Amino acid sequence: MTLSVQDLRVYYRTLRGDVKALDGVSFDVADGEILGLAGESGCGKTTLGKALIRMDGRMKLVGGQVELDGENLPIGDTVKMNPFRFTEVSIIPQYSMSAMNPTRKIGRMVRELLDSRGVTVDTDELHRRLDLVELSRDVLTKYPLELSGGMKQRMVMVISTLLNPSLLIADEITSALDVSTQKAVVTTLKGFRELGFVKSMIFITHDISLTNQLADTIMVMYAGKLAEKAPADTIVNRARHPYTQLLISSLPEVGVRYAEKKLTGIPGNPPSLLNPPVGCRFQDRCPLAFDKCREEPPAVEVEKDHFVACWKA
Amino acid sequence: MRQYFGRKLLIYALTFFVAVTVNWMIPRFMPGDPVASMVARARISDPEAVAAMQQYYSNLFGFDQPILAQYFNFWGALFAGNFGISIWAYPLPVADVIMDAVPYSLGLLIPSILLSWFVGNWAGALAARRKILDNTVLPVGYVLTAMPYMWIAILLCWGFGVVFQVLPVAGGYSFAMQPNLSWEFVGSLFQHWLLPFVSLFLVALGGWAIGMRNMIIYELEADYSNYLAALGAPHRLIRRYAFRNAVLPQITGLALQLGVLVAGALVTEIVFSYPGLGSLILKAIQNQDFFLLQGTFLFIVLGVLIANFVIDVVYVIVDPRTRAGMTGATT
Repeated sequence: MTLSVQDLRVYYRTLRGDVKALDGVSFDVADGEILGLAGESGCGKTTLGKALIRMDGRMKLVGGQVELDGENLPIGDTVKMNPFRFTEVSIIPQYSMSAMNPTRKIGRMVRELLDSRGVTVDTDELHRRLDLVELSRDVLTKYPLELSGGMKQRMVMVISTLLNPSLLIADEITSALDVSTQKAVVTTLKGFRELGFVKSMIFITHDISLTNQLADTIMVMYAGKLAEKAPADTIVNRARHPYTQLLISSLPEVGVRYAEKKLTGIPGNPPSLLNPPVGCRFQDRCPLAFDKCREEPPAVEVEKDHFVACWKA
Repeated sequence: MRQYFGRKLLIYALTFFVAVTVNWMIPRFMPGDPVASMVARARISDPEAVAAMQQYYSNLFGFDQPILAQYFNFWGALFAGNFGISIWAYPLPVADVIMDAVPYSLGLLIPSILLSWFVGNWAGALAARRKILDNTVLPVGYVLTAMPYMWIAILLCWGFGVVFQVLPVAGGYSFAMQPNLSWEFVGSLFQHWLLPFVSLFLVALGGWAIGMRNMIIYELEADYSNYLAALGAPHRLIRRYAFRNAVLPQITGLALQLGVLVAGALVTEIVFSYPGLGSLILKAIQNQDFFLLQGTFLFIVLGVLIANFVIDVVYVIVDPRTRAGMTGATT
């Protein structure tokens, strides 16, 4: 088992109190597994991604355990966490377009980054990986602003995976790309896993249909909690949680004309995480809500590898 | 690249032309008649002699010609390297008067501006690192920037010159000395240089420190800093990148400072009666010395343009984004 997260709680400190962005999330990611992490804005998916590698100053680890390859990850201690970053856990950030220092040539930046981690650059390997993502080798002598958006994205993908991390977090990396480039990115990430550059991956996105192309398992989050986690096919075809069902039904399908059948969104907004409601957090928007929803539903394994946190499931 | 600099040079040439024209016009808009005051200085009461002198001086300075002819003569003389004769220091040529003052001004300004830039950037970068430093550097910086040049100059004058009596308060060197190449004279120069230098240095220091601190904090929050931190890069590397990027706007600031160099020290030079260009400007205005005023202004204009050009070149070297802009503009 590569990654094991137990009851992870991460709050944001604000002047009005703690925002409970991650409130007791548990899941596992197996060796070679790609976990798609989906949910709407503010559900805690990016917080989860950041918590696993580097918390920013406002984030506070309140509870929980994270194990990677049988070793405890000290995610709450930014100094102790440092040896794990890049070598064990790596991230492709949301902001690939601006992730590289604008005033350094890319090759030099990569060298300086690796030097600072005490690793010497394997130029052949670097070139091989550039070939793999179809970047010409002279990008290394260029400045980031000389690259197109897609090229920067691929360059960052190469940099992030250069030390063959055990876990790669890809945080909304396709959001800024057009559809054809999205497809290429997904293919590349799959290739990275096949070639053993990364062992397992957490692919964070709000785009469930894209996740389906890449992920083995999909985890749907709602308001800081796990809603449902199951193999990708199960989530798409046989979702049990009403939120997942609504999320899937609000997606357009190719080839279907929507003249008669209007796409339904999910009415309402997610609850404030400053003072989340007691019980199921989806209760106010849920068409199936009943009295029992005032109590918090535990994540139950309804069938093998299929976890649902809903009283109705 | 060539096109970029070609365009820049054209702009500089145009700026030079306009600025020099304005410089030529400004003194002539001043009220008063320089010839009349020169004649008055001679204390002659015979009206015939007065008229003769007036005619002589008017002819000498070219005031008897139509205004447009004066303007063209001025450009002609300028390209011949002739800046005219000073009225205040008659009959010394303006070029000589300015050349006597220039070393004092530059010797005062270049060290104070450069040193305050270096120290200010260093202090600002340090302040961005530690909370305690930030809480001291920032308020001190604000107080220093907010201080008017002449006020801190007067304060220093009073403190070190009058109360402690350790440093002289006026002049470029001891009044008892003639300029010569001896250690004694150099020491005197240094003593007289110290207070004006410190006053200019201190006032400029605060602004640089505050600017640098803010820029560093901004850069440390930038995406590339976050990415490096997420990949476990040590603070040292991240700070080095942030510093390098934060210093770019500071270089522009330095260029502007070097540009207004002479004007910036005008009041300071007057407070300390320092024999630089600032004092010269004051004397030229007081004596309606058109030519001296034109000459000093010309010197300032040249200073601004040269400083800006140097910074243009430096920017191309240090910031790749400017280089990309060049290729973008030519295609």
